[in-house]
Amino acid sequence: MPLGLLLVQALNGLELGVLLFLIAAGLTLVFGVMDVVNLAHGVQYMLGAYLAVAAATWTGSFWLGVAVAALACLVLGALLERLVFRFLVGADHLEQVLATFGLILLGEEGVKLVWGPAPLSLAMPAALAGTIPLYGGLHYPVYRLGLLGAGLAVAALLALVIGRTRTGMRLRAGATNAAMLEALGVNVERLFALVLAAGAMLAGFAGAVAAPVVAVDPGMGGPVLILAFVVIVLGGTGSIGGSFLAALLVGLTDTLGRGVLDAVLDAVLPPSAAHMAGPALASMLIYLLMAGVLAFRPGGLMPARSRT
Amino acid sequence: MTGVVRGAAIVLFVMLAAAPVAAQLYGNAYLLALATRAAILALAAVSLQGVVGLAGLPSLGHAAFLGIGAYVLLILATAGYGEAALSLPAAMLAAAAFAWPTGWLALRTRGVTFLMITLAFGQMAYFVAESLAAYGGDDGMPLDPAPHLFGTDLLGRATVFHALVLVLLALAVLTAHGVGGSRYGRVLLAARASSERAAAFGFNVARVRLLAYVIGGAIGGLAGWLLAIANGFVSPALLDWRVAGELLVMVILGGVALPEGAAVGAVLLVVAEEALSVATEHGRIAIGAALLGVALLRRARQAA
Repeated sequence: MPLGLLLVQALNGLELGVLLFLIAAGLTLVFGVMDVVNLAHGVQYMLGAYLAVAAATWTGSFWLGVAVAALACLVLGALLERLVFRFLVGADHLEQVLATFGLILLGEEGVKLVWGPAPLSLAMPAALAGTIPLYGGLHYPVYRLGLLGAGLAVAALLALVIGRTRTGMRLRAGATNAAMLEALGVNVERLFALVLAAGAMLAGFAGAVAAPVVAVDPGMGGPVLILAFVVIVLGGTGSIGGSFLAALLVGLTDTLGRGVLDAVLDAVLPPSAAHMAGPALASMLIYLLMAGVLAFRPGGLMPARSRT
Repeated sequence: MTGVVRGAAIVLFVMLAAAPVAAQLYGNAYLLALATRAAILALAAVSLQGVVGLAGLPSLGHAAFLGIGAYVLLILATAGYGEAALSLPAAMLAAAAFAWPTGWLALRTRGVTFLMITLAFGQMAYFVAESLAAYGGDDGMPLDPAPHLFGTDLLGRATVFHALVLVLLALAVLTAHGVGGSRYGRVLLAARASSERAAAFGFNVARVRLLAYVIGGAIGGLAGWLLAIANGFVSPALLDWRVAGELLVMVILGGVALPEGAAVGAVLLVVAEEALSVATEHGRIAIGAALLGVALLRRARQAA
């Protein structure tokens, strides 16, 4: 593969990686701290995208659109915590599946009711609409670079909050051993509410900034949710650092792996067979990566939970 | 509770069995097709109940087995091997062959992580089905020619096929009870209560659980094989993760513990979706609200 193309693929992979991290971060903490499985987290991502489209269209400003979407998702997350998730803490996992699957149906169908089933799109902000030249005569969209930068900035901020503040310390303690944290007098319920709302905002923000580069449709949250689960399994439940590492790994494997795999298959197989096997194998790559890690490290790359 | 579920199961089974008569009476063939589809999904839910309820493994990847069963039939039929006596065991074996390695890997974890991994492997199967360009790729393709049973066209007759599905469903529920009461079932239940204790008694917990997962997968493959015939069409939509979610929801609605509960959950969900889709385009909102309501009500009852 030519170097320029490799660079483009690597950038695309990192971009997918930071988006996945924004989604997985809230999910892994909610699960790590309170042992609650939230299948509806992908809906937050989807709603973030829809709200960004609606707000940007209404106000005429992309930036306002993203801000409104992130804030609205924060409020929605807090509201859902009050109305639903608070009651799911300590419940059987299957009851959590039932409730959050119900939320998915409500969210997806509600969006269809308001905006219709057809995909929407969001124009990029004019300031980031161009492309910049890369190595080898290839051009890369400025917006995607901005997306990558924004994602990395939020990730750094999150690392700062979790690594350097008191709340972050409690979060790490909660992911390691929630019962002990509670016994030490920390209000774990309030911590949970905070994580849930902040996680919803992060996922909504991810959806909002992804809106110009993906098709905004009611089902867009599902595949992303599953990739976020792969990230969580790979990184180790409750581990923010592990999630970051795993998210980049998944993003790069998915985009870079496809290119490399095509080149390898073309070299070793006759063209017709390579044409048949390529797409099937390429879409399996990240799951094979997950399988490989599970075989050797069932707890993930950087497990957070203490052995109890 | 058990009595209520059992009564509902018997009533619904009789109603399903009466569907051909009702379809004849009202001159509405669609009624029979709906009943057949409900019964097939009930069979799929029963196969998942064994994995979730008996073995205690929350699987969110069961749609993959349905899809594999359906695609095996499609691939064999397209290649000219439309004989059911061949394609049926092949479909079940292929589903089991997928369940074995993925189950082994997923069983290295437990609880919610198991759920996430089975979901991920299910999605992998979905993408593979989507990439099968020779079989319609994204769109799927019709099952043509229709499969035959020992050279006859019995499978193509709606009433005969419906009867076959009902017999298989009844057999699956009875077998699930048989397994649940057997020594093997007791070991599974003991491992569900405490895997450490079961291991201390000398049982290989991972192995007994894997066997349950593989058997559940094989019967899921059977359900997929039936579904392909009922639809006359096979597409990746069968492997969508929402299908896996709905199957798990059917099992949970039925109370998890009883095979016939899963069947009741399946029939109720299929009929409710159908009835709502006749009334409104957005019936899934009501279903979603109902699922959320059931979960919160159960939770409130636990707390009280």
